[in-house]
Amino acid sequence: MTRTCLLLVSWLAMSAGPASGQSSTEMQKITGGTFVPLYGADSAEVHIDDFYLDVYPVTNAQFVDFVRSYPNWRRSQVIRLFADQNYLRTWADDTTLGAGMLPRAPVTYVSWFAAKAYCECLGKRLPTMDEWEYVAMADEKQKDARADSLFNQRIISGYETPDTHIQPVGSTYRNFWGIYDMHGLIWEWTSDFNSVLISGESRKDGDTDRNLFCAAGSVNATDLMNYAAFMRYALRGSIKARYSLRSLGFRCAKDVSE
Amino acid sequence: MHKRTSQTMRLSKFISLALAAMLASCAQPATDPTTIPVSGEMVAELTSPPIVPAPVGSRKATKLKVEMEIVEKEAEMADGVRYIYWTFGGSVPGKFIRTRIGDEVAFTLKNHPDNKLPHNIDLHAVTGPGGGATSSFVAPGHQITFSFKTLNPGLYVYHCATAPVGMHIANGMYGLILVEPEGGLPKVDREYYIMQGDFYTKGENGQPGLQPFDMAKAIDEDADYVVFNGRVGSLTGDNAITANVGETVRLFVGNGGPNLVSSFHVIGEIFDKVHIEGGSVINENVQTTLIPAGGAAIVEFKVEVPGTFILVDHSIFRAFNKGALGMLKVQGEENKTVYSGKQQEGIYHPEGGTIQKMPGEAPAARKASSVAERIEFGKQVYSKTCFACHQPDGQGIPSAFPPLANSDYLNADVKRAIKIVIEGKTGEIIVNGKKYNSVMTAQALTDEEIANVLTYVYHSWGNNKTVVTPKMVARVRSGH
Repeated sequence: MTRTCLLLVSWLAMSAGPASGQSSTEMQKITGGTFVPLYGADSAEVHIDDFYLDVYPVTNAQFVDFVRSYPNWRRSQVIRLFADQNYLRTWADDTTLGAGMLPRAPVTYVSWFAAKAYCECLGKRLPTMDEWEYVAMADEKQKDARADSLFNQRIISGYETPDTHIQPVGSTYRNFWGIYDMHGLIWEWTSDFNSVLISGESRKDGDTDRNLFCAAGSVNATDLMNYAAFMRYALRGSIKARYSLRSLGFRCAKDVSE
Repeated sequence: MHKRTSQTMRLSKFISLALAAMLASCAQPATDPTTIPVSGEMVAELTSPPIVPAPVGSRKATKLKVEMEIVEKEAEMADGVRYIYWTFGGSVPGKFIRTRIGDEVAFTLKNHPDNKLPHNIDLHAVTGPGGGATSSFVAPGHQITFSFKTLNPGLYVYHCATAPVGMHIANGMYGLILVEPEGGLPKVDREYYIMQGDFYTKGENGQPGLQPFDMAKAIDEDADYVVFNGRVGSLTGDNAITANVGETVRLFVGNGGPNLVSSFHVIGEIFDKVHIEGGSVINENVQTTLIPAGGAAIVEFKVEVPGTFILVDHSIFRAFNKGALGMLKVQGEENKTVYSGKQQEGIYHPEGGTIQKMPGEAPAARKASSVAERIEFGKQVYSKTCFACHQPDGQGIPSAFPPLANSDYLNADVKRAIKIVIEGKTGEIIVNGKKYNSVMTAQALTDEEIANVLTYVYHSWGNNKTVVTPKMVARVRSGH
């Protein structure tokens, strides 16, 4: 992982300094298991190995440190292929947050490439979609609270509430695994965000029409009551790796073997 | 003479046959709409309800540019009730799009950067997979353009079709697109845009504050609000649509759903014409027309007399209790031949004038002997006579029936209150700062009953506990 980061960095910018200042978020170990996600490629059941996950989403302050260390990820220098024009658009300049932005709030307006590079530069990686969903199905007390209609309703209400991303990390609940803010603050990038529902050209892959449009969205889903998950998968299907969205941030994961 | 007549008849028969043949040969051959040529380019006029864009008239098919912005925003569902709507163009229903057959529509869908969710658009006027949805899936802060040619004239619904589709529709993501035939629809005096929708909120109907979408209720099809144009009162009071006597009114009526089918009716009007389901078949002289969820109808009628005509979903509890109520105010001269108004009022005795008592001793109405009894009897009167309009807890219906609970108007003047129960009340009044302009009929109640019901009302829901006696009622009745 670290090698990828250095490779990326040296390829993109000669001025890559040492990875100083980039503070690594505390992680929690997630005990693996088997679960059925809303959408899957083939078989219904998915096995998750043990892994580590950041307790909080990456913050504005942490991302400022990152772009200070790696100038090629600054707004003015980033390669357009890796981040669209919205990248860090609310910042005052290359290394300064915009007026009113909290350093402890989650960083948003970051592309998938930038998020991936950030994690790799810390020797981490983005969580897979299945890992992320596995952790996200926990409420405060249970590993899998998806059958709890109140839990679902709470998540949906959070998704509907505007401007949640401006709050500091840790302002929502701490779940069964000791992880904060899985719902209620931001959407989060995952390493394989576009592997299930795909927009544009990839939709024609395979025999099944995997559109999520209209009632067709229910065709391959395993749980038609999980509206919150539908919303997440729909968002993932609408974005591309270079996109930067106002309410989309990320956190990092790590293999246990390392 | 005789002979000539039959000759003339034969001749006229011949002429009419020839005419018919000519007409048939002049009739335009059915052109393949995909081959209608377009000339020039124009930006579509988009309007928010209840306004519709100008008719296409005789313009040629053109390249029509439509720019639609998706906005997720908080707005009022009813007095004191807020909701986060997802909208096409900032209104519910979304902006009205007016095209003609053969137009090539270049559609740009913009998802505002402040929005949290991806969206798309499925236009029922589009021939193609997903009605445009497959090509228009767009993330927040992005825009997308696709184009289509309008092949079938009619009135069509458009809506968001992103999963979970029901939720996107339930939050207000629908609107209408009209495809006019060659030469346009016949000219009328007034055109309006109305769309019904059902809403599902965590709190019950009327519960104030910001109400989140309730998924369980939506799946159970248990609507808290059924409304025209996105909110309670969007078409009542000052927001009523208007016309003048003698004018022809055309309503473009859609139903976004997501769940409920509308029995669309205008109280006191008969639709002269209905384009059934928004298509080409025209039905005439229709009282109530059914509008499916995800469907539409064009209704037309000439207004002959002045007054306020109430638009309802005739699944009538929705109109009464959930908000599916609108008003068309018609101004102009009375026409007593068409509608006389009240001409005579008298006593009706089914047994004939002489026998006025039922066989046997009629139970004498018990007179209240204390204030507590007055309140108790008054409650019975209220639940029979008043509650349908003023509602079980005296809260009234916003923009239609004023509240009795905590009512400044009621508490200010007890004589006025008595007079209104006796004589009824028509016209504008202000209650708790809100304007009401509707009709309460005179109530056929005895002095005792009026005293009881008013005492009950004055002792309920935060009112000032005035005690009304039959004597007070009698005094008002006799004009003192």
